[in-house]
Amino acid sequence: MKRPPANTIAVLGTKFRGRVGYRVNPVGLIGLAIIVAWTVVALTAPLIIPHSVGEIVDFDYFGPMSRTLWLGSDYLGRDMLSRILMGARYTVGISLAAVAIACTCGVVLGMTAAVTGGWVDTILSRLLDALNSIPSKLFGLVVVAAVGSSIPVLILTLSVIYIPGAYRFARALAVNVNTMDFVLVARIRGESLFYLIRAEILPNILGPVLADFGLRFVFIVLLLSGLSFLGLGVQPPYADWGALVRENIGGLPYGAPAVIVPSLAIASLTISVNLFIDNLPAKIRDKEEH
Amino acid sequence: MNKRILSLAANRLAIALITLVIVSFAVFFATTLLPGDTATILLGQSATPEAVAGLRTAMHLDDPAILRFLHWLMGLAQGDLGTSYANNMPVAALIGGRFVNTLKLAAITAAIAVPLALTLGITAAMWRGSVYDRAVTILTIGIISVPEFMIATSAVLIFAVYLKWLPALSFTNEVSTFYDILRVYAMPVLTLTFVVSAQMIRMTRAAVVETLSTPYVEMALLKGASRPRLVLRHALPNALGPIVNAVALSLSYLLGGVIIVETIFNYPGIAKLMVDAVATRDLPLIQTCAMIFCLGYLTLITLADILAILSNPRLR
Repeated sequence: MKRPPANTIAVLGTKFRGRVGYRVNPVGLIGLAIIVAWTVVALTAPLIIPHSVGEIVDFDYFGPMSRTLWLGSDYLGRDMLSRILMGARYTVGISLAAVAIACTCGVVLGMTAAVTGGWVDTILSRLLDALNSIPSKLFGLVVVAAVGSSIPVLILTLSVIYIPGAYRFARALAVNVNTMDFVLVARIRGESLFYLIRAEILPNILGPVLADFGLRFVFIVLLLSGLSFLGLGVQPPYADWGALVRENIGGLPYGAPAVIVPSLAIASLTISVNLFIDNLPAKIRDKEEH
Repeated sequence: MNKRILSLAANRLAIALITLVIVSFAVFFATTLLPGDTATILLGQSATPEAVAGLRTAMHLDDPAILRFLHWLMGLAQGDLGTSYANNMPVAALIGGRFVNTLKLAAITAAIAVPLALTLGITAAMWRGSVYDRAVTILTIGIISVPEFMIATSAVLIFAVYLKWLPALSFTNEVSTFYDILRVYAMPVLTLTFVVSAQMIRMTRAAVVETLSTPYVEMALLKGASRPRLVLRHALPNALGPIVNAVALSLSYLLGGVIIVETIFNYPGIAKLMVDAVATRDLPLIQTCAMIFCLGYLTLITLADILAILSNPRLR
């Protein structure tokens, strides 16, 4: 897809040259900063939480924001800030694991299909397209109904759901590279499939594939939160951000911060990933839309 | 309409049919992965081994999986949807009224979302780069980046908690007057409209913008056509195919949205039924609901593809 010549957001800030040698504009940097912040929180959560996640610290439930409990208390009177900081581990961790599996499998299969061609390509594309025509939330529901919801199952399900998308994207890019002369030369040299994929195709599609990785991460975070919200994702005693919204949905009529803040946490993560990718230099991001 | 288009469309339909078979295969096997014996679950822990064995035979549970799959598929094709495990009612009876409810919700949403999204998308493309365009772009990116339940909970917070215009999280079937219907449907429809429109606006805008960068639009610009005339008279007719495609694709987002929205607003539709069935592990019900959703999704995607073929003047 051809991109509009003027990137609307890129116009907003004055561009400057980052250390990597690419132009990254301020909006993109803000996005990156938020992503890094959540990653640090996810890694260090047990060290920085003010209260234990299970400890009941407030006599009132759905308490408001206060000096001692910055984000109020949840439906049992537990500290919301601690629960959100710990929730970052599950949301970020599970999504990252799932997206890594999905993109690795999808990209490897996509490149293989593009390079091999013929019936391998046809069968892979048909099968994965069929998988793609199951709505993602529904797929999650069916699998959870069948095998229950544990963290490894969740990671695997989420990655299976997003393999077809990654495959399609990588295949479309790889097909273009595959027609280049240097690939033909490598073929004539008699290089193996593995060499062609690793040395000729992958380096030439890496930028867009990484941008796609980010977008797919957002989809997975949203789907995981959705499933957890339906009570089919991360199970108690653990809680990711979606599960936190579900637990505290009873506080909605009172406008309790316990319902609003986890949603805001999800939104801050997904929006900053989107902003970061939207503001990547066109050189990397090229053809990021499917 | 010529032979080429017909054969392309027929090809798409055939692919859709094959896909449907693969999907039903996937749904069936995912649901039969369930650890634990169905007969034991149905009869309870205290059942005698003879009773369990009898039920197993009656339900064909001892047959190879592929036979059970074919049996199930034939049943579906003949309209026999099976019997619910949870309350022993025919699945068809459970689904009937709720299916209509979900269709109602989807139809109202589509009736609002499609005109709204097309207007916003086309006007944003018309004044590309303006403050208006940027506002629309940022808004749509924002909506796409947040989970559906956040839009739903925000709607409840704004309209029920702060403004107190609508009831929060409740759904009553006592709808008699037009005002009641309006109150009941307002929030679910509002949420779904947001979810569906955001995608549609983005894709419509992209389709029009892409057409605007073609040489004949530049020609029209050079001969002095005004901005609206440029977009509406020259670009739009040629962007129509991609736009219709975008509309059909975006409507398939309704399916994901409807699961969350029906759950959060307690709307008696088929998605809520399915989420409840997952909680009780009522397999026949889950299978049927899943197939209905997949069928709807596949129909929309295939429709989008066929419309794209039909609207391509080079094939006509």
